Amino acid sequence: MRSRGEGRAAALMLSPTFLVLALVVLYPLLSALRESFYDSGQRLDADGFVVEGEWFAGLANYAGVTGERFLNAAANTTLFTVVTVAVEVVLGVAMALVMRRALRGRAFLRAGILVPWAVPTAVAGLMWKWIFQADGVANALLGTEILWTADGPWAKLAVVVADVWKTAPFVGLLVLAGLQIIPADVYEAARVDGAARWQTFWRITLPLVRPALLVAVLFRLMDALRVFDLPYVLVGPRKQSVETLSGLIWDEATRVHYGPASAYGTALFLYIAVIAFAFVKLLGADLLSDVRQRKEARNVA
Amino acid sequence: MWRRAAMIGIAVYCLVPFYWMVVSSFRRTADIHAKTPFPSPWSLESYEAVFAPDMGFGGALLNSLIVAATTTAVTLLVGTLAAYALARLTFRGRNAVLALVIAVSMFPGALLIVPLLKLFTAIGWIDSYQAMIVPSMSFALPLTIWNLTTFFKQLPYDLEQAAMIDGCTPFAAFRRVMLPLAAPGVFTTAILAFIATWNEFIIAVTMINDQSRQTATVRIAQFTGAARFDTPFGTQMAAGVLVTVPLVVLVLLFQRRIVAGLTAGALK
Repeated sequence: MRSRGEGRAAALMLSPTFLVLALVVLYPLLSALRESFYDSGQRLDADGFVVEGEWFAGLANYAGVTGERFLNAAANTTLFTVVTVAVEVVLGVAMALVMRRALRGRAFLRAGILVPWAVPTAVAGLMWKWIFQADGVANALLGTEILWTADGPWAKLAVVVADVWKTAPFVGLLVLAGLQIIPADVYEAARVDGAARWQTFWRITLPLVRPALLVAVLFRLMDALRVFDLPYVLVGPRKQSVETLSGLIWDEATRVHYGPASAYGTALFLYIAVIAFAFVKLLGADLLSDVRQRKEARNVA
Repeated sequence: MWRRAAMIGIAVYCLVPFYWMVVSSFRRTADIHAKTPFPSPWSLESYEAVFAPDMGFGGALLNSLIVAATTTAVTLLVGTLAAYALARLTFRGRNAVLALVIAVSMFPGALLIVPLLKLFTAIGWIDSYQAMIVPSMSFALPLTIWNLTTFFKQLPYDLEQAAMIDGCTPFAAFRRVMLPLAAPGVFTTAILAFIATWNEFIIAVTMINDQSRQTATVRIAQFTGAARFDTPFGTQMAAGVLVTVPLVVLVLLFQRRIVAGLTAGALK
C-alpha cells in the first residue's frame, strides 16, 4: 500500500521534469525530425502561380549529407574528438597520479586545476586567440611565425590545444576521484610481492580506475562531438578548417535554411547516439551501476 | 624532487595561459604586444574601455546574471523534486527515467536551436530572457537531477522512514526532513548549474540579436575595435577577466564542494 503511495508521489514529483524535457528536448527533437523532410519558402504551383508555404521534400534535405561541406565538418568534428579526448585522457591520468601523491599544496593544486574548467569556453577561445596571434606570445616563445588563427591546418592545432588546456584538468579530477577509492592495502600487497612501479600501474591502478575513467571519457566524447563555441570564437564561423557539425548546423539555421539544418542536426544526433551506444556496449561503461547493484542485492536477498 | 617538479608543471599548465590574459588586460593599448611578465606600466585603460557606454558590457554582465540565476533557481525547483523521487522512492520505470536523464544530457544543442529558433520567432520570444532561460534548462536540468540524485542517495534512510511511520506523506517527509539535510548538496548543484549556464554560448548567440540583451560571453566575442578589422585584444582580455572572476572566486571558496559535485556523477 505504501508502495502505491510512493508511486503516486514519484509521478507527481517527476511531472515538472517531464514537462520541461518535453518542451525543450522532445518537442525540438520531433520537430527537427519532421522539419528535415520539409522544404519551405516560395515555389510555383502547377498553374504557374507563386505559392508560399511548406511542402514535403522527401530526402532532399539529406542530400547535403554527402556534400563536401558536411563531410568536411564531420571529418573536423571526428578528428577534433579523437585527438582531444585521447590527449586529455593521457594528460588527465598523469595529472591525477601526480596529485594523488601530493600532500603539501594539494588544496592549492586542486583550486588551480579548477581554473581552466571555470573559464567560460568563449573566454578561453579569446584568450588562446590572443596567445596565438601572429605577433603573440606563442610565436615569440616558439620562435615561429605561424598564422595559428587563420583558416588552415594550424587552426586545427590551435583549437585542439585550447580544448586540451581547458578540459584535461577536469578529466584529471575525475580520475583522481577514481584513484582515491582504491584501497591502500591493494598497493601494500603489490609492494610486498615486489611488483615494479609500471607493473603496479598497468595491473592494479589502471584496471581499478577503469570505471571512473570510462565515464569521464564518455562525457568528454559527447561534449567534443557537439563542440561549437571554441572554434567559433578562436578561429571564426564558416572557417573550412575548423567548422564542426554544430557550427554547420548553426550557420544553416541562422540563414533560415531550416530544412538542411534539421537534416544535419538529425544526422549529428544519430552520430552521437551511435557512438554513445557503441561505447557503452563495447567498453561497458556502466552509468547505472548503482541501480544494477541494488537489483542484484535484492535478487540475492 | 621529481614529484614537486610535476606538481609545479601542472600548476604552470593550468594557470599560465590565464595569467597571460590577466597581465595583458593591465597593459596600455600602446604596449599591448609587450612580452614582459609584468605590465609596465600598469594601466586600467582596458578596463575603462570595457565599461565605455557603447560597449554595453555592464548590461551584458547583468543579462548573464539574470539568465544564469533564473535558470538555476527554476532548475533547482524542478530538479530537486525529480532527484528525490529517483533517489528515495521505489516505483516502476525508475531506471528508465534515470537513463533518460543521462541520454538527455548528451543531446546536441545545435539540433535544439533549429526548432526553438522557429518557435520563438513565431511567438515573439526572440531577444527575450526566456528565449535563453527555457532552452538552457535542457542541459542544466539533467545536470541538476544527476547530481542531486547522488546526494540524496547518500543521506541516511532512517530519518524519513521514521517521519513516514509517524504519519508524514512521502512529500512531507521530503520537505521537512530531507530538504534541510540535503541543503549542502543543493547548494553545490546550484553552483554547478550556475557556472554551466553562465558559460552557455550557442543558445545565446542564436536567440538574441538585440545587443542590449546579449549575455557577456556573446558580447565579448563580438567586441570590435575602432577600425573594423582591428581586434581590441586589451579590451577583450579585460572583459574576459571580468567574466571569469566571479567563477574563479566561487571555485576558490567552494573548491571542495565543486570537486565533490563534479565527481559525484562519475563515481556514483
